[in-house]
Amino acid sequence: MTAEVFAIEDALAQYDPVLGLEVHVELNTKSKMFCGCPTEFGAPPNTQTCPVCLGLPGALPVVNAKAVEAAIKIGLALNCEIAEWCRFARKNYFYPDMPKNFQTSQYDEPIAFNGWTEVVVDGETYRIEIERAHMEEDTGKSTHVGGATGRIHGASHSLVDYNRAGIPLIEIVTKTIEVAPDKAAAVAKAYVSMLRDLLLALDVSDVRMDQGSLRCDANVSLKPHGSTVLGTRTETKNVNSFRSVERAVTYEITRQAAVLASGGKVLQETRHWHEDTGVTTSGREKSDADDYRYFPEPDLVPVAPSREWVEELRATLPEAPSTRRVRLQEEWGFTDLEMRDVVNGNALELVVGTVELGVTPAAAKKWWLGELARAANESGVALGELGVGATEVAEVQKLVDSGALNDKLARQVFDGLVKGEGTPAQIIEARGLALVSDDSALIEAIDRAIAANPDVVEKVNSGKPAAAGALIGAVMKDLRGKGDAAKVRELLNAKLGI
Amino acid sequence: MPSITREEVAHLARLARIELSDDELDHLAPQLDQIIALVGQVSEVAADDIPPTSHALPITNVMREDVNVPCLTPEQALSGAPAAEDQRFRVPRILEED
Amino acid sequence: MGDLTRKTAVELSELMTSGEASSVEITQAHLDRIGAVDGAVHAFLHVDTEGALAQAAAVDKKRAAGEKLGPLAGVPLALKDVLTQDGVPTTAGSKMLEGWKPPYDATVVQRLKAAGVVILGKTNMDEFAMGSSTENSAYGTTHNPWDLNRIPGGSGGGSSAALAAYEAPLAIGTDTGGSIRQPGAFTGTVGVKPTYGGTSRYGLIALASSLDTPGPCARTTLDAALLHEVIAGHDKMDSTSINQPVPAVVDAARRADVAGLRIGVVKELGGEGYQPGVEARFHEAVELLTKLGAEVVEVSCPHFQYALPAYYLILPSEASSNLAKFDAMRYGLRVGDDGENSAERVMNLTREAGFGAEVKRRIMLGTHALSSGYYDAYYGQAQKVRTLIARDFEKAYEQVDVLVSPATPTTAFAIGDRVNDPIAMYKNDLCTIPSNLAGNAAASFPCGLADEDGMPVGFHVMAPVMRDELLYQVGGALEAALADQWGGVLMSKAPELEVTR
Repeated sequence: MTAEVFAIEDALAQYDPVLGLEVHVELNTKSKMFCGCPTEFGAPPNTQTCPVCLGLPGALPVVNAKAVEAAIKIGLALNCEIAEWCRFARKNYFYPDMPKNFQTSQYDEPIAFNGWTEVVVDGETYRIEIERAHMEEDTGKSTHVGGATGRIHGASHSLVDYNRAGIPLIEIVTKTIEVAPDKAAAVAKAYVSMLRDLLLALDVSDVRMDQGSLRCDANVSLKPHGSTVLGTRTETKNVNSFRSVERAVTYEITRQAAVLASGGKVLQETRHWHEDTGVTTSGREKSDADDYRYFPEPDLVPVAPSREWVEELRATLPEAPSTRRVRLQEEWGFTDLEMRDVVNGNALELVVGTVELGVTPAAAKKWWLGELARAANESGVALGELGVGATEVAEVQKLVDSGALNDKLARQVFDGLVKGEGTPAQIIEARGLALVSDDSALIEAIDRAIAANPDVVEKVNSGKPAAAGALIGAVMKDLRGKGDAAKVRELLNAKLGI
Repeated sequence: MPSITREEVAHLARLARIELSDDELDHLAPQLDQIIALVGQVSEVAADDIPPTSHALPITNVMREDVNVPCLTPEQALSGAPAAEDQRFRVPRILEED
Repeated sequence: MGDLTRKTAVELSELMTSGEASSVEITQAHLDRIGAVDGAVHAFLHVDTEGALAQAAAVDKKRAAGEKLGPLAGVPLALKDVLTQDGVPTTAGSKMLEGWKPPYDATVVQRLKAAGVVILGKTNMDEFAMGSSTENSAYGTTHNPWDLNRIPGGSGGGSSAALAAYEAPLAIGTDTGGSIRQPGAFTGTVGVKPTYGGTSRYGLIALASSLDTPGPCARTTLDAALLHEVIAGHDKMDSTSINQPVPAVVDAARRADVAGLRIGVVKELGGEGYQPGVEARFHEAVELLTKLGAEVVEVSCPHFQYALPAYYLILPSEASSNLAKFDAMRYGLRVGDDGENSAERVMNLTREAGFGAEVKRRIMLGTHALSSGYYDAYYGQAQKVRTLIARDFEKAYEQVDVLVSPATPTTAFAIGDRVNDPIAMYKNDLCTIPSNLAGNAAASFPCGLADEDGMPVGFHVMAPVMRDELLYQVGGALEAALADQWGGVLMSKAPELEVTR
């Protein structure tokens, strides 16, 4: 049975959500965190294990240098301080898929701490404070047998594969995130999505959420409007897609609101997100059994990254998204408003790509935020998935620059592109969109316009040359927009002697 | 007043995953109480400004290259398993989700 | 040629080099001796007759082929059952691991094999090395060959007893609070705890990771040094291993010279609670060293009195975590898996059935010391005391080259004497614990028999980190001087064991 929930609007009318996100990232190192076993996904069970990652008596861990390097890079990319000296710690608790019954992790001495990052949602930039990023190891994987569809409840027994045990993880923990109530879930989603892009750019993880290489736990609590007292929080696990981050956070807000509004108490507990049903269910209530008895890992020596090493790694980092935005805005000469439109329209990368192909930033912006954004909106797809790329935009713009197309015709070409009618050249051919710049054809049209509009000609002749504009309009109409407007004006002026 | 009660010992046993019998609890509580009195002597030492030693020697930065080494075969890995099935370790049903 | 089991490793090596005896003959002689006396001594938990003879034959073959072999090639050895040996049962003295055959060799075992040392079998020990008498072994107590009614010390009582019973000329022990040195002292043999990190812990079933140190056991100082050289040195599988050359222990044992050496007698390790016979032999040994040219002074190490309480917080804390892996899921004992019981309950039942009383006691104590609300007062404070003890050593080593004390406050006690008094049992390790906390090198060498009970007394030497050679210098000098006095080594005074077939 699922708990009664509030409509999100009702929930947000009474309560402010407070979020905290813990993201676990599996690194893409060749070997595990503390041993030389491979980390390949999907290998046959228990083929990637050794005494160390099986936790056999006597085995000892040795730290993977590449994992430390990745942790430092992630820390730097999130504007963290990097510890000059830090230790691993043992987190003690029993679980069948954890070979040693302690997880080698970091406790009060994380390798990276006190950072921040930014995400943009609906044109607003949100700063998210990063508490810490620390190194740890993954657990094995249990398959539950004999119950319904692999669920743990009702299973008769479980089968454990330790291939995943010991794969390096970086856990990235935010400080509490407090944003406008109606934005909380979207900010959470944007944060996880930003992290994925960042981790890909750093080349430290495959970030395959479907394979569990990026996993998110969402801490959610509510406080009544105006209150400064934090409510009891729940920790929702298994939130493993961008969409479910938003959905799970929203669900928890509505669930907790219903509990609180009915005079109930939110339990401090672990909850599980179910992608299929879109609800969270109660897991384990926090209790004194959660005494992890952390202590410094005696089998590993402290990690003390030299400042030289840290600076070397800093130099390899790709440009931070916020720095890059500032740089691009300057290079493009956009106003703050223009830049925000581009970013909010999810057109930043598309504009960058188009400008790289020689199109002016203004023209690139015009197409992506104008005609193409409209088309995307109408068909309900993302701008990047329209089937039109920077290459096509640059090609069309080149035709405009050469005078073969005007803006109006170009829009029709884009329409054809969106509808999959072929290349720009094919569309121009098929739709007959080429601009008429042949003098004789233009002169014939001009003659027809003069003949049809004696009153306008009269006005021009009586010393009002501006009235000629109406004739140009008539000519263009005659040519169904395909006339070269500049040429028409030139020829018309010659004819009228102005 | 003992420094550790029978209830506390029972709690520790739960944390340590040992199903102690009532008899053992009866025995252990006073024994632990005695031992705690002995080890509690460390509190007599004035050490507020003394750094703790977690490792016998001041070694740092011991790391290995990110290279693969041969694994155990699945047969070796499972050789000590009390029960195995489908090349996996077979364990009794698990009550709590992690 | 005489009885091969009475020879030192050096003598056996010479016999093999000269062709007077083969490794197979030597190994068989020791296997026969085990067959004859181990029923009474119970030093071994497992004797690997086939494996030992095969290793011996392989060494003989290499020697015949003219291959260059190390000084201990073909010499038999007894291995403490806390080190993994590929395919050979390894129990750490616990029911929890009954029947477990590890799929890999400990680094120490790899090095022994590479040196051609023949591993006879696995020796008895207190369960998971928790104890000072072997009475905590799940497989029965080992008896002291000097007096079968007494304990041989612990936790490595099996290894030391095997030496004293002439079942092996060499043995490996591990020392967390004295588990090599105290049994060495109790059996009249040599036991060396190298500098922490000087020998690899890879494959050593962990008791307390920051204290555990494998080391050599033998009947003579030079034999111990030769074994030390084989097993010591950097290991990239152990993050806490020291990446420096092995101290020149064999040279030091051969030189055996203390002229000009500054020796400090630790004031705090003696007096009340020390058996008169132990103190008498200790002071005579100090006199002897003075005669040999050593400069002896008294040194104070004021924080040593807190070593025992600090140790009994640090050890159980680390042990409670190290022993969590024994949960019935991947290897070892499983109890209560009836198809109904959950994994959680099977873990609880297995750990209840598989661990002995002392192991449970220490797991509970460690769990308590690490739990929230107690950490700072117990584990945290113990680590600070650890720092103070290390500083006491540093200060002392500014004045002297080595420190000395009795190895134990008493000689070997009767089986059953202290079983129900854990604290009395813990006090066995008063003298040996400080070196484990500070990580420096230490050893026990035989220095005579106590007048009261005729049992062996150990002379304890402590040397700075990575100055292990100083131990052998002192031990060698003492051994030679005492042999002159006695007309032979101390072991020659040991009573003959009754041989059964």
